[in-house]
Amino acid sequence: MSTIHLTLPLDEKTVRSLRAGDAVTLSGAIYTGRDAAHKRLIELIDRGEPLPIPLEGETIYYVGPAPASPGHAVGSAGPTTSYRMDPYTPKLLARGLRGMIGKGLRGPGVVDAMKQYGAVYFGAVGGAAALIARSIQESTVIAYPDLGAEAIHRFVINEFPAIVVIDSLGNNLYETGPKLYKEAGL
Amino acid sequence: MRSIQAAQITQAVADLFLECSYCIGDDVRQAIDDAIKTEPSPIGRNTLQQISDNYTIAANERVAICQDTGMSVVFAEVGQDLHIENGDFEEAIQQGVREAYLQGYLRKSIVAEPLFERKNTKDNTPAIIHTRIVPGDRLKLLAVAKGFGSENMSALKMLVPADGIEGVKRFILETVENAGPNPCPPIVIGVGIGGTFEKAAIMAKQGTALPLDHSNADPRYKQLEDDLLREVNALGVGPGGTGGRTTALKVHILYAPTHIAGLPVAVNICCHAARHASQVL
Ligand code: SF4
Repeated sequence: MSTIHLTLPLDEKTVRSLRAGDAVTLSGAIYTGRDAAHKRLIELIDRGEPLPIPLEGETIYYVGPAPASPGHAVGSAGPTTSYRMDPYTPKLLARGLRGMIGKGLRGPGVVDAMKQYGAVYFGAVGGAAALIARSIQESTVIAYPDLGAEAIHRFVINEFPAIVVIDSLGNNLYETGPKLYKEAGL
Repeated sequence: MRSIQAAQITQAVADLFLECSYCIGDDVRQAIDDAIKTEPSPIGRNTLQQISDNYTIAANERVAICQDTGMSVVFAEVGQDLHIENGDFEEAIQQGVREAYLQGYLRKSIVAEPLFERKNTKDNTPAIIHTRIVPGDRLKLLAVAKGFGSENMSALKMLVPADGIEGVKRFILETVENAGPNPCPPIVIGVGIGGTFEKAAIMAKQGTALPLDHSNADPRYKQLEDDLLREVNALGVGPGGTGGRTTALKVHILYAPTHIAGLPVAVNICCHAARHASQVL
């Protein structure tokens, strides 16, 4: 498998050139966010208030890292299941969010918004959390420290390994991949 | 009458959770390494390789295999001739969980109440404790750190006797296929058949923590385990759910007597971070 090395933030042209099944590495800065942080961001958007993080061109990683042990920038930090963020995601995409990193299925509302605004969904290997943590060089809490592991962190990452799972055309490796390997007659 | 100190239980529980959070069992690692050789999907092989490398990094650096270090479940078999001194049995277990998660850089993932406030307890307690009183004077502890990506994809259904073997298989296959990538395949599937509503679920959880080379002692159920494993892997879900033939590493079935009107089936899915460890005191 050849690998595409991407630098963040992403522009629309780059995002629209990616295809489901592409192996990539990501380098640059990303923001973390899980259910609770998403809920707060959407509440701010709905009230028309400023957000604690930029969204234009940015990538959000769905992760709640383990605490960092001495000598590590961050504890184990693999992706969490993405569908829990689905109710919030289209509003973030409408504000310029270009990339999401997680694992697992997304709903049709998210895929439609990805096509409309030009965004990409990267899958990281769920459970490969200590390996992924090696690509995270810096971690800073940016917002909602009261949420602990669920606070919004800014990670500086280098060659973070991922796969394009859903591209901006709506191609979905979670649908096409299993079809390829499903035994006939099942 | 044999005696042990409650503090020994605390120490054992803490050690077990630390050990299983950092070091995957040899059986699981071997199964993943074997699958790298047989998995036809190139993306799938790459995923399996990352999983295997991750086990090595976690064990060498003594960091968590997965950031979701789970909800703590303890199965305890207490010998009826054993006396526990200087402390409360359940509190000794909770203290062990607390120490492991606070001192071991494990994530604290438990909220005190599920619906209104969801406030984190900040020490990963309380653990779920299942206790049985058994003959003898020993205490057997099985610690299971259960991640919720896979827990959320688990299912229980009260089938009726007429659904039969085919109904049971269909329910299990549907559960795995609907779960797709969410539970971090390759998975270990624990199945409880029979008993009551809650008995089926507890058996399914026990199934997720059996060694991979264990099979049901009843040859008919062993056959069903093998058939289900083959059919699950023929679904095509694959490593990470991106397609392939390594969807599950093992199907473990436990069964129990049940009511003439019932056929409860519980399917508990565990991810490849199948973390459990046991000790006898
Ligand atoms: S399902 Fe398992 S491997 Fe996947 S994120 Fe949760 S605990 Fe980790």
